[in-house]
Order: sequence, then C-alpha cells, then structure tokens
Amino acid sequence: MSADKTIIGVTIAVVLLACANFFIADWIRQIGLLSMAIGSVALGLLVLWRTGLISFGHALFYGFSAYGVALLNYLGVRDAFVLVIVSAAASGLLAWGLGFLVRRYRAIFFALLTMAFSMILYGVLAKTERFGSTDGLNVHPPTFLGYAPVDQAAQITLFLFGLLVIYGLILGVQIYLRSVLGQMTTAVRENEIRVEYLGYSVEHVIHIKYVISGLLAGFGGAIMALAVGQVDPESMAYWTASGEFVFVAILAGTGNVAAPFIGAVAFEVIRHFAWEHGANLWQLIMGGTLLAIIMFVPDGIWSVLQRLVGKKDGVK
Amino acid sequence: MVQLLLGWFDLQLIFTILTDGLIYGSYLFIVAVGMTVIFGVQRVLNVTHGSFYAFGAYLAAYLGGIWYEHELPDFGGFVIIFLAAIVVGVFFGILIERGLLKHLYGKDEHIVVLATFAAFLALEGIGLFIWGTDPYFFYQPQMMLGFVEILGMTYDYYNLSLIVLALIISLSIWYFLSRTIWGRLLQAVIFDREVSQAMGVNVTAVFLGTFILGTTLGALSGAAIAPTISVLPGIGVEVVVLAFAVVVIGGMGSIPGALIGSVLVGVVRAAAIHEFPQAEMFVIYAIMAIVLVFRPEGLFAPPAVRKI
Repeated sequence: MSADKTIIGVTIAVVLLACANFFIADWIRQIGLLSMAIGSVALGLLVLWRTGLISFGHALFYGFSAYGVALLNYLGVRDAFVLVIVSAAASGLLAWGLGFLVRRYRAIFFALLTMAFSMILYGVLAKTERFGSTDGLNVHPPTFLGYAPVDQAAQITLFLFGLLVIYGLILGVQIYLRSVLGQMTTAVRENEIRVEYLGYSVEHVIHIKYVISGLLAGFGGAIMALAVGQVDPESMAYWTASGEFVFVAILAGTGNVAAPFIGAVAFEVIRHFAWEHGANLWQLIMGGTLLAIIMFVPDGIWSVLQRLVGKKDGVK
Repeated sequence: MVQLLLGWFDLQLIFTILTDGLIYGSYLFIVAVGMTVIFGVQRVLNVTHGSFYAFGAYLAAYLGGIWYEHELPDFGGFVIIFLAAIVVGVFFGILIERGLLKHLYGKDEHIVVLATFAAFLALEGIGLFIWGTDPYFFYQPQMMLGFVEILGMTYDYYNLSLIVLALIISLSIWYFLSRTIWGRLLQAVIFDREVSQAMGVNVTAVFLGTFILGTTLGALSGAAIAPTISVLPGIGVEVVVLAFAVVVIGGMGSIPGALIGSVLVGVVRAAAIHEFPQAEMFVIYAIMAIVLVFRPEGLFAPPAVRKI
C-alpha cells in the first residue's frame, strides 16, 4: 500500500486545477466552487452508503453549517479558515449528538428519521426572523489569514481555498476508509451479526460514519455559503436539497472517493445549461437522468469511467 | 376551584383549535391515505404521490376554469373534482406501475424510493410544460357552499366538507378491506404474497389495482384541495414530506393509524399556530422524529407477524 493510486491521482488533479484556476472564465470557476460544495456532501453520503445506509436529510448538516457561516459573520468573524472549520465542526457536533438516536436505525427508517430532523431545521430557519425567515441571510466576502481580496481576486482565492479544503477531505476519507474502522464498512453491510461476534460494535461503527458524514456535509455547506454569498432555508435545508445530494451520490457512484466530485461537476454543468433553457427543463433532465442511472448504470459515472479505462471491478 | 379551572381553559380557543385541527387533519388524511395504501400493499414509499396531487389539482382547476367561463351550472365543479381525480389516477396509476415499478419489485427499497423521486422530478418538469408557471384559481365550489359562523368564528362549508370527505374515504376503505371479497384478497396478499400467489391470486392485478386506487386518492386530494388554494408550480413538493410524516406517525401501511395520526398532527399544529406560531412549520416533523425514536413502527402499526 506504499503507492495509493487514488491519492496520487487526486494530488495531480488538484495541482492542475490550482494552475488552471488563474486562466479559466469566472462562470467556470463558479461552477467549480459549487461542485466542491455539493461534492463534499456527496462524499459524506458515500461514507454512509458504503454500509448500505442512505440519508434523505443531509441538508440538515449542510444548512446548519451554511447558517453557521452567516451567523459567525454577524459576530464579526470574517476569516474563511475560522468560518469553515468552526461551522463544519458544529455540524459534526450536531451529527455526534443525533448519532446516538440515528445509529439504531437501518434502511428506510434511517432515511426517514434523518429527513425528519432536516425538516425540523427547515421549519425553524424559515420561521425565525433573526435568521431572516424565508429570505435568509447575506454572507460577506471572507478574508484569508488577513488577506482581503476583492472582485476576481476574491473568487480566485476562494477557489484555491476550496481546493485546499476538499483535498484535505478526500485524503482524510481515503485514509479513514483504509483504516480498520473504515474496513468495517463493507462488513457491516454484509453481516452485522458477524461483526458483533468479531468483537466490534456495529452501532459504534455507524455512529462514527454518521459524524464523519455530517462533518463532510458541514464543509460543503460552509463552502457553498462563501461561494454564493447568501444562505436561505429553501435551497439549503429543504428536503429537495437532500434529494439533490442523493442524486449526485447516485450519479457519481461509490467506487472511489474522487467520484462524488466528478458527479458534482456533471450535476452543476447540466444544471447550468439546463437553466439557460428554462427551469422546467432542469427538473425533467434531472429526473430523466436519475431514472436512467438507476435502471442502466446502477454503479454511477465512476463505473463507466472504469470501463472506459478497461479496468475490471475489484472486490464486489 | 371550578371557576379557577375554567379561567385557565379558554373554551372558545379550545374549540377553535379543535375545529382547525380537525379540518387540517382531514386534509392531511386525504393527502396521505393513498400513500399509506400503496405502502401497505407494495412496500413502496411512493414519492410520485406529490405529482398525483399536483396533477389532480391542476386538471381540476383547468377544467373548472373552462366550465365556469361558459357559465355552466355551479354544481359541475364538484363533478369535475371527482372526474379529474379518476382521470389522473387511472392514467398515472397505469403509467407508473406498469412503466416503472414493475421493473423494481424485489430491488433494494432505497432504489425504489429514489426511482419514484426521479419520476417525481420528471413529472414536475412535465407539469410545468403543460400548465406553465401562472397560477390557476378554482374558488367557485368554495364560494358556492358559503360560510357559517360558529361561536364567533367564521368557517366555510367547503373546508368543513373536507372532514366529511375524509370520513367517507376511511369508511369506504374499511368496508372494502373487511367486507368484500376483493378486500380480503388484498389482505391475503399483504400478509403473504407468495402463498396467495400459490393459491391462485393474481398478484400482478392486485398490485396494479391497489396502485391505481392509491393514485386516484392522491389525485383526489389535490383536486379537492384545489378550490381552497391557488394552484401553483411546486404544490406537490410539500405534500410529499407531509404525507411521509403522516404515514410514519400512524404506522407505515396502517389506515386507522393514518386517520388518528392525521387528526393528532392537525390538532397539535392548530394549537401551535394559535399559541406558538414559530413552531407551525416544524411541529409535524418534530412529532415524526419523536414517533420514530420511541415507536419506529408507528403509533398504530399492526404487530408484525413473524414468518417461519
């Protein structure tokens, strides 16, 4: 395991993107930023999904963290590093707390309980005037360790910052999945009782996954808040947002930790061009794509890429 | 002492909360009962239920618009409500069951939910293509029935008639399930699909029939609500999660559970609106979470039978 191909590949991709960042058009950079945010949440779903659990409520952590950024702004905090790390950590903490309840559930009950929690957050956000009700709150442009860029420089710096964050997230998840705890993932999915007999606690394994997953969704929400400069309950905490994350996760497939980001880019590019032709087209395309993926490519884009390169699936 | 107690309880407020809760609970029941029926029989948590609701509302409002434009008799609006429900229900019931779900029975339940979510998104888009983004209004049936004053509060008969509709639906379903041969066949299929198939029950037909029933109920809920709302894009989105909540609270697949769950949620929500308005939007999901935590099988789910 001296040379991890995934880590090498991701490192090369991140370096290339960091260089390209200085030459690409603003709208492409914006798509990149949004993809980083959505991709982080989808990565969080991947961590859960590998055990066979799907959360229909990841907008809870995403929205919680995005609002965390906006509220820290009001307290005068402007530094991107502080904003993102504190907000994501708060999401992780929330996941840790809820994890005590959620870890007992499987299958559809898990999905519905997580959805219920996210809808509670939506209801609170949409009805609390201090949080801007349904209008949401503005997020000020961040500073980076004292450096306060404006206009295009601000976006370029944010892109670099985002790359740094997701590079850290991908490495972290890759290392986790390779660890003994991470290897339990498949074991829990295949046979929980056997895992218990081996001396590991299934609930403990799932709890840790849930916290990691919430943390990742928190990073995604914080990046999104900074990239868009605004947070609102409808697009950050409603069940349709959770649905979009699951959509990206399915689109991408669970084959690799980099897959969610490729899926997110595909998602944002389709969305960008579909919106130009009207909102009704967007939902139709999204629904049609999701159906086609479920029916014909159940392992997502990653499996298609693998087949193109000519590699066969490893462990099934 | 009695005086003191009476002082604590504001009778009029209690009455208002109960009536509002009953109306909203009936609305919830009508919306959720179709989803519960489908889940009970097919074990499919059907997100497209929101589309059936929206299409029912749109078709009723569209036909109603044409009807009243030509100044045809007022009562026609009520015929249109049921007509729209049946047209939408049968059409989409066959389309979704034969075209989509048929290929997914026996697959992972997440995949089935996601497939219905995909179909829901596609139908939302198609709805926008057909009906556009402008709102439709279908207020005439509500106006026609008029208003009534009870204890100083004004109610319209149309909203009160939703309570009657909810009662009629629940009684019919109860009668169908326990007093007719088809209902008993359905129960046999719910209990054990394989054995009933071996005994000669046409399970494919039962599944299709149930799905059309559930779809029609979904469309009926939309068509019946249409006179009280402005029919806009996105009305189906909220209904999906509301119906999820009611189905979970009552017990997945239990019809009496859905009825009692709806009324419970309706009354609690009405109390929240009058006493603690900030909680209005999340109180339903808070109940849903509490039920899932303490009684994940739902408040009124029938005890699960252990099969050997």
